[in-house]
Amino acid sequence: MNNKLTLNPEEWDRIAASRQFQDLLAVKRLFIVPALVFFLLYYFLLPILVGYAPKLMGTRVFSTVTVGYLFALSQFLVGWLIAGLYMRASAKFDRLTRDILDEEQLRQGGR
Amino acid sequence: MSIALTVFLIFVAMTLGVTYWAARRSRGASAYFAAGRRITAWQNGFAVAGDFMSAASFLGVVGLIALQGFDGFLYSVGGFIAFVTILLLIAEPLRNTGKYTIGDVLAYRLRPRPVRALTALSTLTTILFYMIAQMVGAGALVTLLLAGSGISYNVAVTGVGILMVVYVVFGGMLATTWVQIIKAMLLCACALVLTVLVFHHFHFRLTDFFGAASQVSYHQSGILVVRDFVQAGLRYKPPHGPLDLVSLGFIFAFGTAGLPHVLVKFYTVPDAKTARNSVVWAMILIGSFYVMTSVMGLGAAAIVGPDYILTHGGTNMAGPLLAQALGGELFLAIVSGVAFATILAVVAGLTIGASASFAHDFWVNVIHHGVERRHGETVLVARVSALAIGAISIVIALLLGPTANVGILATFGMAVAASANFPVLALSIFWRRFSTTGAIAGLSVGLLAVMGFLAVGPNVMGIDPPGRIASVRHLIQAKPWFPLENVGIVSVPLGFLAAWLGSVLGNEPAAEARFNELVVRSHTGLGAEQASLH
Repeated sequence: MNNKLTLNPEEWDRIAASRQFQDLLAVKRLFIVPALVFFLLYYFLLPILVGYAPKLMGTRVFSTVTVGYLFALSQFLVGWLIAGLYMRASAKFDRLTRDILDEEQLRQGGR
Repeated sequence: MSIALTVFLIFVAMTLGVTYWAARRSRGASAYFAAGRRITAWQNGFAVAGDFMSAASFLGVVGLIALQGFDGFLYSVGGFIAFVTILLLIAEPLRNTGKYTIGDVLAYRLRPRPVRALTALSTLTTILFYMIAQMVGAGALVTLLLAGSGISYNVAVTGVGILMVVYVVFGGMLATTWVQIIKAMLLCACALVLTVLVFHHFHFRLTDFFGAASQVSYHQSGILVVRDFVQAGLRYKPPHGPLDLVSLGFIFAFGTAGLPHVLVKFYTVPDAKTARNSVVWAMILIGSFYVMTSVMGLGAAAIVGPDYILTHGGTNMAGPLLAQALGGELFLAIVSGVAFATILAVVAGLTIGASASFAHDFWVNVIHHGVERRHGETVLVARVSALAIGAISIVIALLLGPTANVGILATFGMAVAASANFPVLALSIFWRRFSTTGAIAGLSVGLLAVMGFLAVGPNVMGIDPPGRIASVRHLIQAKPWFPLENVGIVSVPLGFLAAWLGSVLGNEPAAEARFNELVVRSHTGLGAEQASLH
């Protein structure tokens, strides 16, 4: 795939406005925005609850292990989960991207 | 010769071999700054992990947990979780639109000279904080370990400084990357063995482990106290503690995504997809390591005890002391050797990040308007500035003692990254109306806010408040004006606000016009920098 395309400003605008590119953005947004919002809420809940609900976070679940400690550990699982889901979703991003690049290459006369 | 020294020298010999190999195949700026962009996903994942997990992680965070329990573990969670931000927002667009530095992304559609000058300034500030943390960590290690070997603090720090200059000046990014890969493997292996040994100590019974961690006894102001280290609140106490914790969250969630020496690693891979995969590799490594810090930290509290840690090298030595308690002198030596290697690898990454920013952003693009007057000038300037950075770091490290917790020191650098670098980087990629004025405002307000609030906060102004009996009398003896030690909750919104306000007030049609190009490039990789062929 030739990435060394030389494009003038009108062509960048044309690609940006194209349906395919807008589709790519929409598909990406559909995953990234909810994932980011969820991640930020879930992460900030930890310091907020630890700081402002110490009783709840200090409740022991088993042995001396607290809700807070398990909540902190769950952050790692959530991080890995988001990464895994993103990897899965990105297969589609890559396919849509390749379509756009292929079409540009055709348009440039297969240089 | 002590075992610690032997382990360390083996690592040095290996890495110098790597540097020699890298130097022979490193030609030109893309090779020097970005390893020819031919690092694979797992390699870069290990390298990012090796770059990010600094003395602050291994020495600082384990020490924080060992002395302050669960509150310290929140540093581990934050350090890991930050990579979600990098994965979702930063890594791929950065790889697709930049060349060597953060400044590249901003200069794309903004006026390059003011933007690059300020980015270079905030990059160098961030890296300086990190560098100080690494050097203090090195000093603390030397004080504990090599006391009997006849190597003084000064000699060791100078040695570390010279080595880092050798890696960077001769081997460039390729050598740095491989030094970081080797170090990441060693560090993770070490943490794994330590974790297993802690569990082994408690006969693999989780209830025994957590039971011991919930009844840690130590002396506080001369009185023996027993504290539950699994519970929160040992570090962040009311009235301001809860807010300080949330503030720390701001620094982590956005700071790592603005750390220049971490972000430049994404230029070393062939394309955005590899950059993405490498973040996931890094998340697996860093996450596993940080989960283990809680076992190592709580283990150190329960097995070694805060009293012993404080009288034998202090907060940063909890990890090595735990190794000594569980595996004897040999294991202490191995762990310390690995800790040294850790510092060396991070310091090399910091140096190349700083020298790239100085040479590429400041020297060539700000002073000489983006024109290399001679072929290879950028790399030459980078090499000279790496030398200078090495010299400056050595001097600072010699002036400083092993006093502060290196985990805390590193969060200062991260605060700058979160408040100055991250807002302008994110807005530049995602907001059409972002302008040069906005970038200037965001960078300078973010940087000034961090420095200002830190200066009047508990760690600087309030370090020696009236009524406290201190061994050293500091210049200022007053109550801090700003009550939080983490400034993120104020400085990050201020950075964003300034960037937004600047863009609204000083709108820039030229920058808006080029936004389409940036968006297309950042999502498709059209026109992105290619991997070198040889």
